[in-house]
Amino acid sequence: MTTTTRPRRAPRPSWLLLIPALGLLAAVLLVPLGQSLLTSVGAPGFTLEHYAALFTDGVTLTVLGRTVATAAIVTAVAFLLGYPYAYLMTRVGPRLRGVLLVIVLIPFWTSVMARNYAWIVLLQRGGPVQSVFEFFGADDIAFQGSVVGVTVAMSQVLLPFMVLPLFSSLGGIDRRLLLAARGLGSSPLVAFWKIYWPLSRGGVVSGLILVFTLSLGFYVTPALLGSPQQSLIAQLLAQRTTQLLDFAGAGALGILVLVITLTLVAWANRFGGTISAIGAAAATDRKEQR
Amino acid sequence: MTISSTSRAGKPTSVASATKQGTQIRLEGVTKDYGLAAPAVDDISLTIEPGEFMTLLGPSGSGKTTTLNLIAGFETLTSGTIALNGSDVGSLPPHKRNLGMLFQNYALFPHMTVAQNVAYPLKERKVPKSEITRRVGEVLNLVQLPDRDGNYPSQLSGGQQQRVALARAIVFNPAALLLDEPLGALDRNLRAALQTEIRRIHREVGSTFVFVTHDQEEAMNLSDRIALFNSGHIEQVGSPEQLYREPDTLFTARFLGDSNVFDLDGAASATSAGWDGRTWSIAPGTVSSHPGASVRAAVVVRPEDVRVAHDPADVPSGSNSVGAVVRDLEYMGSYRTALLDLGRVRQLGRARVDALDSTFTVGDQVTAWWKPERQRIVAA
Repeated sequence: MTTTTRPRRAPRPSWLLLIPALGLLAAVLLVPLGQSLLTSVGAPGFTLEHYAALFTDGVTLTVLGRTVATAAIVTAVAFLLGYPYAYLMTRVGPRLRGVLLVIVLIPFWTSVMARNYAWIVLLQRGGPVQSVFEFFGADDIAFQGSVVGVTVAMSQVLLPFMVLPLFSSLGGIDRRLLLAARGLGSSPLVAFWKIYWPLSRGGVVSGLILVFTLSLGFYVTPALLGSPQQSLIAQLLAQRTTQLLDFAGAGALGILVLVITLTLVAWANRFGGTISAIGAAAATDRKEQR
Repeated sequence: MTISSTSRAGKPTSVASATKQGTQIRLEGVTKDYGLAAPAVDDISLTIEPGEFMTLLGPSGSGKTTTLNLIAGFETLTSGTIALNGSDVGSLPPHKRNLGMLFQNYALFPHMTVAQNVAYPLKERKVPKSEITRRVGEVLNLVQLPDRDGNYPSQLSGGQQQRVALARAIVFNPAALLLDEPLGALDRNLRAALQTEIRRIHREVGSTFVFVTHDQEEAMNLSDRIALFNSGHIEQVGSPEQLYREPDTLFTARFLGDSNVFDLDGAASATSAGWDGRTWSIAPGTVSSHPGASVRAAVVVRPEDVRVAHDPADVPSGSNSVGAVVRDLEYMGSYRTALLDLGRVRQLGRARVDALDSTFTVGDQVTAWWKPERQRIVAA
């Protein structure tokens, strides 16, 4: 009965609207990507030596491991900060929700450089953050020029990418389901765990994937706040293209990162896809009943 | 109205056959104050008997849903007590009250199948797996959805979803079932079908049902008794017949069914009442015992009890009557309703006229009359 009220599939010619976007993507993404791929396999000949080198040069794998670890930590931090924040956003009045939303979005509206230099000021040797830690006796922590500082700054910069998908997902959850669960014998905590959490998983998966993949390719923050001794994969790429002019090696590295990212997204889509589909269905049901 | 009264007539036998295993719910001085101008629920006392189908009826904002939420534990009492079978549950959280609840929006868990939804309260009570399977199957049979157990709620129609919600709310043998406008989101035909269904299930499980609705027809169809709510207090409690035939107040008379209301020129005496210069006789036992009736009273007559005559000489002696002009005739299928101009500003009377009686036309000068024992003197 509900299906008949849903809008029918859009009429045929509407896919024409995709052409400008697809054209742009082809020109600025697919073409250069294809070129990188060709370069990396030694076109016009064919060799896999640049790929083999990634695994044998002793640097790439270390940096890759460090990058994945950093990205994982950043993602975890953003999740731990973002989930309660997004939950709160769904519980407050419209005015306060607006304020909370602006606070999240400010990093979006601030220039990348301004944000990173602000973190340098805060985290630098003798800066306010380190002074606080020194006051409590922890005087050997270096924030600037280390992965710690990079993690802190990246978490802040990427927080919106966690909060926004979470907010849209949590906002679609019908809170009366929690009442229903209470009435059926669940304590508040159990009701959250068995009802609210599974229904929020779609947003959680999108948030995690967004933040993780963005962290993998982060360049500016590690470049400014990190150090060459603890460089991340994006710095390595930049070094190969701008200093070593090793385009084949850079291409191979780029393709490797791309493959890792795509694999991750595909896996998450399979895992999160069904969940977000159910979440969407629940949200539609709710709208129809209004 | 005729349909509902015949179905009610068939009910006493079935209620008697049901085992009285239900829970008594006693509200005493129940008050919920949100700190607004008036309390949402103001000092309500009501005893719902074991196995009874009690409907909390009233307009929106009258406190009926708040009362239900207080019983469920979704709201906290400002003062008063709520007792289930004599034990005070006022301070228990909802998950410890063991009450089934049915919501207007079904509130099925969208990430669980029908079977998982229905099994939920049993799992929370650590019922063994084999018994869960058996009881889920039984209860899905009871609501006539035996082969949808693997479906997700979004794959079901609204009526089916509400049946699943009903199954989930009764599968754990709750002390009582609370129903919060469960049919409000359904269309008319489906609503009628589910009313029958709910009545049947009430008969079969025999437990106490507390049903909230603003739909007076639904309330009359389903209930053993109705508690009529009006701005935070209970206006009147009684069987559907009592509320319809013997309203205590004008509010009750107006809320349930159509009625002709004549505001009396003062309080009624024991035998006569004055309206607009006329004197009407009062039959014994038709005066409400409501204290307000001795101060300001009104005469209430149902349209089906009012007859219309062309010639005042046709009016039987001993009847109360009033002259009127036929303003309009509404065709209702099995009968027609005559709208009568009673000569007073903004007061139209209603009388029921035989659908086949074509002697009345708009503009006719007529006399409307009724037997004094068919009228009711209520507090205005």
